[in-house]
Amino acid sequence: MLELFADLFSYSFMSRAMIVGVLVALCSALLGVSLVLKRYSMIGDGLSHVGFGALSVAVAMNVAPLQVSIPVVVIAAFLLLRINSDSRIKGDAAIALISSSALAIGVIVTSLTTGLNADVHNYLFGSILAMSESDVVLSISLSVLVLLLFIVFYHRLFAVTFDESFARATGTRCSVYNMLLALLTAITIVVGMRIMGAMLISSLVIFPALTSMRVCRSFRGVILCSAVISVLCFFLGMFASYVFSTPAGASVVVVNLAAFLLFSLVGKCRRA
Amino acid sequence: MPILTLRGVSAAYDHHTVLSGVTFALQEGDTLAIVGPNGSGKSTLAKAILGLLPLQSGSISWGEGISPRQIGYLAQQTQIQKDFPASVQEVVLSGRLNHLGRRPFFSREDRRAAQKNMVRLGIDALAKRSYRDLSGGQQQRVLLARALCATEKLLLLDEPATGLDPLVTAELYQLIDSLKKEKGLSIIMVTHDIAYAVSSATKLLHLEEKPLFFGTPEEYRRSELGRRFLGGESHA
Repeated sequence: MLELFADLFSYSFMSRAMIVGVLVALCSALLGVSLVLKRYSMIGDGLSHVGFGALSVAVAMNVAPLQVSIPVVVIAAFLLLRINSDSRIKGDAAIALISSSALAIGVIVTSLTTGLNADVHNYLFGSILAMSESDVVLSISLSVLVLLLFIVFYHRLFAVTFDESFARATGTRCSVYNMLLALLTAITIVVGMRIMGAMLISSLVIFPALTSMRVCRSFRGVILCSAVISVLCFFLGMFASYVFSTPAGASVVVVNLAAFLLFSLVGKCRRA
Repeated sequence: MPILTLRGVSAAYDHHTVLSGVTFALQEGDTLAIVGPNGSGKSTLAKAILGLLPLQSGSISWGEGISPRQIGYLAQQTQIQKDFPASVQEVVLSGRLNHLGRRPFFSREDRRAAQKNMVRLGIDALAKRSYRDLSGGQQQRVLLARALCATEKLLLLDEPATGLDPLVTAELYQLIDSLKKEKGLSIIMVTHDIAYAVSSATKLLHLEEKPLFFGTPEEYRRSELGRRFLGGESHA
């Protein structure tokens, strides 16, 4: 077992993917709780598709992918938030519209320039080979920034998530914190997308939150539990992917699914 | 010296003017009941007072020592809250958010205030319980404790008895009355419960998109409008 771990980390690309992946898993778990509770889960999904579009265009134009996709996805996040706060049903449809359009544009741009090849596959479903040295530095700094901001604004984010009108009535500027949430989510998704894939990254946001909500009773409990679950599932998924030669992103998602089912069962038994 | 003065307040909701020409003054220690049929702008007025809606015209001014950020607001429950995983303590403590200023975390004083209000409302034994597992009456007490954390002066209750059974409603009313006496709080209450409004308020505002009556419950009872409204809803 230990040898297997040593083996795993002997590849530099693998340890890079592990470091960034763990940080992304942590960030997305924390943000996911608020997103799921605020009924913003779809925004995460929409953003990852926009991220794919931006990434393909960046590659086609031969510029650094992260530096292009982060601003594009952040803008898309603000836009989606605006749409969502106007009206719920319209918002749902608008997100589907934006995400499929971004996906389509991405696919067309890629097929016209480099052709639909392994690269596209990697963007869609992730690759542990995706991270270069400079990507890792940027990813780590962004993740640490997300974590710090989340901790500093923890109580305000809770209040805004639980009851926006009460928070606003007592002088909290909710739109600022909703924007902060969207910004942090956008950054997390872009950073994590390379490893997990555009199609799969949103599960990292949604699964840990839903899983821990089956069992935990307090907000802090849910937050801490999702952080642990998310990191653990990421480890197990990567490990499984190495041992069974399965795709990394997909393996992480399947491990998350298993955890969700397990916790649902535990939650049901407890209530019964 | 009034703590709150409204002059010709008009407000719109979704671009429709639903409220116009509201003028009144509230003295310290007053209990104002806002009554009227459904869709008459009661909740809109409450939101306008809280600063959640922009005014179309008119003005709202506050007396000395009270700011619109220090109102204990008991809102109608949202769908999101019903299955929200948060402990009672977390919810009550979030009422102290307006005391945070630039600090990121709550102080010991904030925690003490939350504890005191939980004891006051008899929910301190539930502190670690999950909000979503409580009964409707208990949830309302939790939200009231949170509102008390936010204010020293003024509570604004928007339909506090919605969804509660008569027994629990009576308990809640008793609690509100005793808080009023004990702490000298002023109260603004939006309510359907005209009988309670007349019996416990010191001022009464009847809205039907514009104010049709403002005065004491005694005067209301004697007025044409009051007789009609009270008579029509005496079964409620």
